[in-house]
Amino acid sequence: MSINSIVLVKQVPDTANISGQVMKPDGTVNRAILPAIFNPEDKVALEIALQIKDQYGGKVTAITMGPPKASELLRECLYMGADEVFLISDRKFAGADTLATSYVLSEAIKKIGRYNLIFAGRQAIDGDTAQVGPQTAEKLNIPQVTYVEAILDISADNSAELSVKSSPQRIKVKHRIDGGYEILDAAMPLLLTIIKDAAIPRPFKARRVIAYKNARSLSELEKMVEENSLLYLDQLREEYINRNLYIQTLTMDDLPVDPERCGLAGSPTKVYKIDSVVLAGGEHMQIEPTKDGLNKLIDKLMEDRIFG
Amino acid sequence: MTKKSNDVWVFIEQRSGKGAEVSFELLSKGHKLAQNLAGKLKAILIGYQVRELAQSTFRYGADEVYLIDHPELQNYSTMSYSHIMNELVTKYKPRVVLFGATATGRDLAPRVASHTRSGLTADCTDLKIDSIQYLRQKYDQLLLQIRPAFGGNIIATIITPEAPIQMATVREGVMENIPLSTYSAGKITEIPYEPGSANQLLQILERYQEESKVNLKSASIIVAGGYGLGSKSNFRLIHELAHVLGGEVAGSRAAVDAGFIPHERQVGQTGVTVRPKLYIACGISGAIQHRAGMQEANKIVAINTDPDAPIFDICHYGIIGDATEVIPKFIEAYRHKLK
Repeated sequence: MSINSIVLVKQVPDTANISGQVMKPDGTVNRAILPAIFNPEDKVALEIALQIKDQYGGKVTAITMGPPKASELLRECLYMGADEVFLISDRKFAGADTLATSYVLSEAIKKIGRYNLIFAGRQAIDGDTAQVGPQTAEKLNIPQVTYVEAILDISADNSAELSVKSSPQRIKVKHRIDGGYEILDAAMPLLLTIIKDAAIPRPFKARRVIAYKNARSLSELEKMVEENSLLYLDQLREEYINRNLYIQTLTMDDLPVDPERCGLAGSPTKVYKIDSVVLAGGEHMQIEPTKDGLNKLIDKLMEDRIFG
Repeated sequence: MTKKSNDVWVFIEQRSGKGAEVSFELLSKGHKLAQNLAGKLKAILIGYQVRELAQSTFRYGADEVYLIDHPELQNYSTMSYSHIMNELVTKYKPRVVLFGATATGRDLAPRVASHTRSGLTADCTDLKIDSIQYLRQKYDQLLLQIRPAFGGNIIATIITPEAPIQMATVREGVMENIPLSTYSAGKITEIPYEPGSANQLLQILERYQEESKVNLKSASIIVAGGYGLGSKSNFRLIHELAHVLGGEVAGSRAAVDAGFIPHERQVGQTGVTVRPKLYIACGISGAIQHRAGMQEANKIVAINTDPDAPIFDICHYGIIGDATEVIPKFIEAYRHKLK
């Protein structure tokens, strides 16, 4: 039995470490100075997929949709142990909300081919929506389990009546629900969204860093050709493919997508306005950290009819 | 040509037949939104033997309940519930659909939005109906979906100008639930259900769910501690003060991450939103993620060593000092006054 997994990963601005300089005076965010990182829960999702591969065999494919810079993230996936990576990148995919993103991702997944499991982090720290995973599962017409904290078992499915599905395996997972947990027995193919506590991502393997640090995506090769007139794109790509260092890139032309459903055009939600968070900035009464001060505070709170 | 619906729908989340609090909060909000839109407020209730719960929605303004009652629907399950919602939304095309931003709501809403190609905004903190100008075009009575973004550093207003159906999830405790003093019982429309084969794709082997014992939302006094307390043993002072004042204990995200206090007591954007009579913030700097969850408190007392901590910008009474020294004095003074 071998299990093929696809992992959806995203490069995100490190919103957890926002310093004063990141906020511009007008209250908007200066994305340029925020470091771009591997979305933490996506990294855990990749770890879980790799653990399943270690135990059951199979292939792990990481895919991301994003700007050319997102190939950095795919190299990190290769360092951790991904067998294959895909960059889905096109200007016409830019500005996508979760619906347009899930549409393109689902078409890319159909193109990439057979899989038993799809993994994603529960949510990305830049938007915190947790929507792309379930929206993608719906478009692929497969079930999903969200907030997964552990994979308990994967087994061949012996029950005849359930074998109508193309995939013969079942998976047992534990996931969080409101105020508790559930253990589910699920058919594959299945999409799972993974929470932070599910695993600790493995460190990069030195051997793999050496092997893949020169892996390049199409746009990166294009840039090399631009900067060096001795290089030809087709030859260069051929060479990178032969050396197993080519990060496969899918653009709009490579996918059977309706342009009207991609990017900004295909996004029903729009940002109408952005406000900086304005502090209430009200006056407050200063209380001394002394016995007298605290007596005064308690008197005040009694006047406010909170105590007494 | 079919007339465009102005109805507002609320997905009623039930656990063992009991309605989730957030669902009633959404009904109260939905009631106002439906009035603004001159539409009806409809509650969508899926479960088993939940007619009583269906009745209880009228008190919060529901005009009609779509009830889907079947033994196989007792517990939430992604495939069966999303299938039902997909069909209903496709058939009736409501103008607005609201879900709680719970684990269940966040599992279900994206599937329904994906299927019906509707706009969906997660974790809204406010919802309004307004007519606006966007890209030089005028839009009448859009749903303004207001939410913190970018780790809570900005507030974004999201709109769904072109899609016929506007969907949003809303966190528990953000909206107020206001039972109506006068109301009339509406209509319960039962919708038949045939279990489909897709239900077998996910089978529940074991399920553990308990009512949260922590009820921060209804506490009138909350004593909250932050990372500034320094250690879990210092955090005992927070428990002591809360005990003396008859309040509940809470913490900031930093305190939860440091292991001082369990997540269920976290106040803020990724925790609970509270509006107590008194909120005492001890060693909490007051990052906006935290303020988002407590700034509606009636009175706020802040204790912090850093005079520039943002918590002092929103508090009513500020004490510059080390919480571990101030709290014992507070307890002593309180005992002395009220003995």
